[in-house]
Amino acid sequence: MTDTASGEGRHGALPALLWKIVKILASVALTFLGLLLVTFLIGRVVPVDPVLAVVGDRASQSVYDRVFIELGLDKPLYEQFWIYLQKILSGDLGTSFLTKKPIVEDIARVFPATLELATVAILIGTIFGIPLGVLAAVRQGKLSDQIVRVVGLIGYSAPIFWLGLLGLLIFYARLHWVAGPGRIDISYEYSITPRTGLMLWDSAMQGQWDAFRNAFSHIILPAALLGYYSLAYISRMTRSFMLAELAQEYIITARVKGVAEWRIIWVHALRNAAVPLVTVVALSYAGLLEGSVLTETVFAWPGLGQYLTNSLQNADMNAVLGGTLVIGAIFVGLNLLSDLLYTLLDPRVRRR
Amino acid sequence: MKHLPKLVGAALVASLALLAPVARAATPPDTLIQAWAIDDIISLDPAEVFEFTASELLGNSYQGLIGYDVKDVSNIFGVVAEKWDISPDGKTYTFTIRDGMKFASGNPITASDAVFSLRRAVKLDKSPAFILTQFGFTADNVDAMIRQTGPMTFEYEIDKAYAPTLVLYCLTATVGFIVDEKLVTEHAVDGDFGYNWLKTAYAGSGAFTIREWRANEVVVLERNDNYSGDKPAMARAIYRHIPEPATQRLLLEQGDIDIARNVSADSIDVLAANPDLAVDSGVKGSIYYLGLNQKNPILAIPEVRQAMKYLVDYATIADTIMKGRVIVHEAFLPRGFLGALEDTPFALDVAKAKALLAAAGYPDGFTVTMDTRNTDEITAIGTAIQQNMALAGIKLELIPGDGQQTLTKYRARNHDIYIGRWGPDYQDPHTNADTFARNPNNADDATSKPLAWRNAWDIPEMTAKTDAAVLEADAGVRAQMYLDLQREHQETSPFVIMFQEIEVMARRANVKGFVVGPSFNDNSFRAVTK
Repeated sequence: MTDTASGEGRHGALPALLWKIVKILASVALTFLGLLLVTFLIGRVVPVDPVLAVVGDRASQSVYDRVFIELGLDKPLYEQFWIYLQKILSGDLGTSFLTKKPIVEDIARVFPATLELATVAILIGTIFGIPLGVLAAVRQGKLSDQIVRVVGLIGYSAPIFWLGLLGLLIFYARLHWVAGPGRIDISYEYSITPRTGLMLWDSAMQGQWDAFRNAFSHIILPAALLGYYSLAYISRMTRSFMLAELAQEYIITARVKGVAEWRIIWVHALRNAAVPLVTVVALSYAGLLEGSVLTETVFAWPGLGQYLTNSLQNADMNAVLGGTLVIGAIFVGLNLLSDLLYTLLDPRVRRR
Repeated sequence: MKHLPKLVGAALVASLALLAPVARAATPPDTLIQAWAIDDIISLDPAEVFEFTASELLGNSYQGLIGYDVKDVSNIFGVVAEKWDISPDGKTYTFTIRDGMKFASGNPITASDAVFSLRRAVKLDKSPAFILTQFGFTADNVDAMIRQTGPMTFEYEIDKAYAPTLVLYCLTATVGFIVDEKLVTEHAVDGDFGYNWLKTAYAGSGAFTIREWRANEVVVLERNDNYSGDKPAMARAIYRHIPEPATQRLLLEQGDIDIARNVSADSIDVLAANPDLAVDSGVKGSIYYLGLNQKNPILAIPEVRQAMKYLVDYATIADTIMKGRVIVHEAFLPRGFLGALEDTPFALDVAKAKALLAAAGYPDGFTVTMDTRNTDEITAIGTAIQQNMALAGIKLELIPGDGQQTLTKYRARNHDIYIGRWGPDYQDPHTNADTFARNPNNADDATSKPLAWRNAWDIPEMTAKTDAAVLEADAGVRAQMYLDLQREHQETSPFVIMFQEIEVMARRANVKGFVVGPSFNDNSFRAVTK
């Protein structure tokens, strides 16, 4: 019986897995199509004339008319979208009106800056946020809980622009603990060969430890600031997930069995709270990867947020659509990843 | 898991160790580092550049046929051109190129390069091309009109006998800069005159070469060893894109940059008081004004237009929120231009404004909107004017918008009032007369859209006067024509001209020799020392 059953299972498993993959791919494709369509339409209904961004205010009408046709704006909207889709499918995201470079090249230049910042930020947010959330849950209602909640509240509500300037004033201008705005000092700028565009990674791989230290002292303040924001969210969520877990019967059972309290908290409860936490962290990370315009502005960080905002303000639709695709891919990718982690962390999902 | 809190603590200590106080290094002695919002750069090709920052880059890295003294713009001299002669009919200019000059590439500069550069700009027909094409050049006729007559000479034939200063000033604009024909042609693809290459590359002969432009990040210039003039002291000049003035200020105070280019009005005094720093300023040609759309029936009433000119507190705005950044100026030609009118007949006068409004049939005022670009300065001026106007009962509703957004609306003539800033395109008075006092066709589908058109101000007679002024060869007579034109304009136009811009920059005290010129391509760091 076991033989037959497992044999049937194996036969059924392959198409089921295929079917699952097809379903995922279809939903990803549909997501992208919808994303592009909505972004495209928004780009066309905003009251900004993309031709002006290209030719400026002073150009003669003949120049204006020529560029209008060059950009394909004389064609009906659906045709413009269709042309764009065809290009995308052939791997061509077009050229930016503003930087005059292929979008792919532009994004390859600005995205690593954001990726690096977001990664350090989410590490800070997670490393500090989860223990703080656990602490707040365990000491529910006590002073430490209140402190964590207040810290979280400030993180939520203080304008990042202001906090950034304040941070620069204190840690850069007064205390000289960190380096100023920008990714690295000019003197190190050309000593690293950009391979990945991630300053920390590139400098470490090339053994340029001075440059690494310099880049680190540049990134730590903006990353800590962004990390603080995700910390606020992560610690709040950890606290409530933990409270829910700690009230479960298996915790009482464990206590009755005499399991050490630290083990109950950090192993039994946190392990179960970790499942929904994965989504929280993944979403925070995805949010950071979109690029934070204000932080990037204050810290002169040449990242995706600044690039996209600048493109949007100048109606540089190729750049906006390209950036949207990247962000879409990040969200889809991180969603898939957290699904995967779910199956690893939660045996019930695996069994299903 | 037991050790998690300890691990977190260890991580914290480790990261703090990396943050041992950072050594303060001054900027390298042979490198000039400036912080500036450089996100307006869209090209480095002289045939296309029209933005402030890119103009400044080109001014320091390219050379034109002629130039002018930034302290006395009426003093015009040859740069790449050694001399020029004007034919008796005033329509043909013969230029002779200076001997022995080279491009940064090492190629010699000849008449062929000059002819190529000017023809190229006309044929590419990018935004600033009109500065040349207004003299009758088209892609079809330019080969015949601009012609090489010898290895170092060429003729430049225009369609009418325009005032010589107009013709020459237009050649000092960046669109008239000379590019390296040989180098550009090597990179030409499918008859694009090397445009797709040059928009991010360099082919000039100025004091510096442009080594790299990373959009919204950095521009790096390096000393040009083939430059014919005095060698710059700086081996490198770097522009860092720092969009936020407060950040620039911090960097400057710390000595991480040499010059902060975006200085807010409220920090000028503080920076000037710092002994390590100095503040430089220079009058620029840009003018702040209100454009009153004549399609709005209320704003089209002459008394209402006049009333609005008495409802701006020019002096207070210039002394408070825009202190050090503007001077009061009420005529369309900025100071420093031939024939500029410096009279300021209007000041805040609520009683007079009320009387004018009563005469117009609006004794209690009216409601009107103003499209206001969301920059700090324009917003601040807009808010102040809103309060001024309220004194006479005019309810001014500000509609904030991004630059491109408000401009799109303005160019479509869908605004009531637009608060704007206009910078001249070249050093001749015609540049502003052409836009403020000329409107050849007020129809919606007109091909020319000067500011007068954008505010639907139909002025056939004034247009004729403006056209006459460009053909006057005598500078004295011509200056008088512009003075008369500005007086009439002040009294009748739907433009409330308010201020002329002052460019302010803050530098480390040891950085000397930056020249602030009347336009951005005149700003020069060739002579900077540290």
